[in-house]
Amino acid sequence: MAPEAGAGQALDRADHSTALLRVEDLSVQFATSRGTVRAVERLSYHVNRGEILAIVGESGCGKSVSSLAIMRLLPKQTARIPNGRILFDGVDLLTLGDEPMRALRGRQIAMIFQEPMTSLNPVLSIGEQIMEPLFIHLAMTPAEARARAVELLGLVGITDPERRLEQYPHQFSGGMRQRVMIAIGLACKPKLIIADEPTTALDVTIQAQILELMQDLCRRLDIALVVITHNLGIVARYADRVQVMYAGEAVEQGVAEAVFADPRHPYTEGLLRSIPRLDRPKAGRLATIEGLPPNLLSPPAGCRFAARCPYKVDACGQEQALLPVAADHWSRCGRSADLHQGPSGWLTPAISEKPVRADAKPMVAVTNLAKHFEVGGRLLGGGVAVVKAVDGVSFTVQPGETLGLVGESGCGKSTVGRLLLKLETPTTGQIDFEGVDLAGVEDQALRDVRRRIQVIFQDPFASLNPRMTCGQIIAEPLLVYRLVASRQAARARVAELLGQVGLFDYMAERYPHELSGGQRQRVGIARALAMEPRFIVCDEPVSALDVSIQGQIINLLEDLQHRLGLTYLFIAHDLAVVRHIADRVAVMYLGRMMELAPRDDLYAEPLHPYTQALLDAAPVPDPVVEKARAARALGGELPSPLRPPPGCVFSTRCARATDACRQIVPTLEEKRPGHWVACIHVT
Amino acid sequence: MLRYLGRRLLLMIPTLVGVAILTFFMLRVVPGDIVEVKLRGDGGNVTADVIAAERARLGLDQPLIHQFGDWMLGLVTFDFGVSMWTGRPVVEEIALRLELSFQVAVMATIVAVLIAIPLGTISALFRNTWIDYVVRIFTIAGLAVPSFWLGMLVILGLLAWFNWLPPITYTPIYVDPIANLSQLIWPALAVGYRYAAVVARMVRSSLLEVMKEDYIRTARAKGVFERLVVMRHAMGNALLPAITVIGLEFAFLIGGLVVTEQVFNLNGIGRLFVQAVARNDFMLIQTLVMLLAVVFITVNLIVDLTYAALDPRIRYK
Repeated sequence: MAPEAGAGQALDRADHSTALLRVEDLSVQFATSRGTVRAVERLSYHVNRGEILAIVGESGCGKSVSSLAIMRLLPKQTARIPNGRILFDGVDLLTLGDEPMRALRGRQIAMIFQEPMTSLNPVLSIGEQIMEPLFIHLAMTPAEARARAVELLGLVGITDPERRLEQYPHQFSGGMRQRVMIAIGLACKPKLIIADEPTTALDVTIQAQILELMQDLCRRLDIALVVITHNLGIVARYADRVQVMYAGEAVEQGVAEAVFADPRHPYTEGLLRSIPRLDRPKAGRLATIEGLPPNLLSPPAGCRFAARCPYKVDACGQEQALLPVAADHWSRCGRSADLHQGPSGWLTPAISEKPVRADAKPMVAVTNLAKHFEVGGRLLGGGVAVVKAVDGVSFTVQPGETLGLVGESGCGKSTVGRLLLKLETPTTGQIDFEGVDLAGVEDQALRDVRRRIQVIFQDPFASLNPRMTCGQIIAEPLLVYRLVASRQAARARVAELLGQVGLFDYMAERYPHELSGGQRQRVGIARALAMEPRFIVCDEPVSALDVSIQGQIINLLEDLQHRLGLTYLFIAHDLAVVRHIADRVAVMYLGRMMELAPRDDLYAEPLHPYTQALLDAAPVPDPVVEKARAARALGGELPSPLRPPPGCVFSTRCARATDACRQIVPTLEEKRPGHWVACIHVT
Repeated sequence: MLRYLGRRLLLMIPTLVGVAILTFFMLRVVPGDIVEVKLRGDGGNVTADVIAAERARLGLDQPLIHQFGDWMLGLVTFDFGVSMWTGRPVVEEIALRLELSFQVAVMATIVAVLIAIPLGTISALFRNTWIDYVVRIFTIAGLAVPSFWLGMLVILGLLAWFNWLPPITYTPIYVDPIANLSQLIWPALAVGYRYAAVVARMVRSSLLEVMKEDYIRTARAKGVFERLVVMRHAMGNALLPAITVIGLEFAFLIGGLVVTEQVFNLNGIGRLFVQAVARNDFMLIQTLVMLLAVVFITVNLIVDLTYAALDPRIRYK
């Protein structure tokens, strides 16, 4: 028996009578060409009937793998379960035959996946896909199944269900598809739903709608819910209990309030301190969990977090067990008592205010910028429609400042970035960069401007050429623009740049696939810095990264700004990240600017109803705050950009919308000093 | 949908005009013409006057642009002219062979689809097992073995084991189905093997791809029977790329079976094509190229329409 047995029994005692699902001592391994990956090790937890359990952790921590193991959906050829039991309603799923297991899936346990865009079969109608489990598990007649499908669509808030049943997935938005997935999950009234990152691919207002729906339905129908997520805010808002995983192991378990208020494992504490907070003013630098998670081909002996832990002592080299630290609260840390009493080991050094020259001439001045795309035009006729991706946007960026540009997908924020980079040509409007109108810049002058404006992209993997070494990637602009005298000089400069972004110079020889996500993003930053730019467009630079890595990159960007006097346009959808890094924030919706204000004003007193809804929808990692908050997700969906509503584009979803809103297009006006709002109701 | 169809049919016109221009002028770039081949071939010794007279009779002495105009006028009125070699109308020459070539192509397609889809499917489902290896060897062999050589083996086999040879004269299927099939089934099998190999490999790789999709995992999580996961959820998506291959191969078979037709002594389009090229029979070559262009375009259109029928994301308006 594995040394974890004690913890497993401790869990047993906790809630034996009502536990619906009990995972005991579960390990999952994958056979790969490079050896055995120990993806999950000796995992034990339980889920009570009707309860919401959140499993949090970063990518590769084993949270998805362990839930696929429960469903017995792991790839048969590579995955192996050397030990453990998964008791569902008293039956060990691991010893169940294939056919009884199939009969259980979709009937007793349903699963909802991360990617709503790819999780539905594109060639089968929504109706067929919802009715399928009804035919298989409940042997319904077509008429019964249809009636139930209509009922289910109504339950998940899809209007006009009769007609929608005939439609296909591509006719649904991402949020609507996730509702369909939930309807499929609910179809046979299961006892347990496992939702694997159910809202990660969705916008924040849609995320709130979906999670509130799931929470409400589970409570009403008495279904237990396991939510797998990396977002601590979601945990705080929706979970009864939480389980934190790191490198294949559970490191902390307990009631959500207790874990957030009094984390007893350094990793949990580090996670909570390394995320920017939407609900608190910026205090200083983010605490960061330095380093990377261990390679699960050969995990370290003893505590797997020790290498990154500020509380590390010699005893951490010993095997650590998940032990109770309080009532219904377990931690896999030998120093959990010290965490409870002593001062925090995580440093959050303060930072000096940076020199923003607010009174200086703006570095970037954008006036009435618009970008319209024509779509649907075809050979031999066919109508042409116009998407107004950006429509009448004006703003300035002061030297040394960070302007945050936030909004949900499709709001035009990335198009603004591309226009500033001259990757797109504006339909109308001016972009003035250091006194030069970008529209008229050609040839040599354009090359000159390009040097001074650089970009950091969202996806650090897709934006680096896989066939070039990092050194070549960083050196390329140096050589193209003849910024260095020789290849030797280029090498020296590459080493210097790598040092600036916190990488080692030997990494110049590495290819992008040999680096981690955070390291790749550092290479992307080094490449941008190579040109010695004055202005950098950061297009979602941290949204593809894990929480602990996000903090590292944000700190790096701030450091560089201070050291090199850079100016940023920081495009993001994560309001908390923007609150941390930006000096002023602009909010966009459907191609238009809704609000523009200094950071603290905007977060303290958002004036535009859309900004208010956005801030309301984003959960903060504090269960006390979250549970006190009334559920009021912003309803509706983003209108089609092909047919934007007349008047105020937000009027279709706005609680305060009146007839006037549907007629008058509001202009961005300065309603408070420095605080610009485009809403006729704000005075 | 009808509007889309109409637009696609209209778009055929510029494509065909392009094909006509290219074919016409490229043929004339090649030195020599049919008169040379006819009168001077095999060491014939005729005077320049005779040659000139023959050229004038065939209209080859006219300026190129004039010849081209004549041909285009003919095309528009569906008058494809006469073969410069036999003097019979081109339409007659082609019609005689098209029936046979078309039937062989259809039969080969049926053979290929019947073999390829089950084979590709089980190969994908039993990936990296002995079943998969056997299928893969079978399909690789299908790509490697030339159809005409396989055809020779088939004929020799029939002769050796059954002391029987397929009939060598063509009987239309509506006259005597048995005689027709006993002649044409063998080339259809020989060609169909290669065809099946191409399609089976496509089905295998595309099914392997589809089985990794998220919606397959969703179907399993719903508790769908594994058989239904494959038949209902995977095959509908996996067959799409195979349909493109089936269509292109079919179009190729109409005019591409040059050597196989020779082996089985079939009087088909492929053979006619080779003869026409050898004889510099411009009128016949031009019309054959146009015919094949029409076949390819039509097959592509049918493939696109099949896509639309199978995949709801594709809707033509």
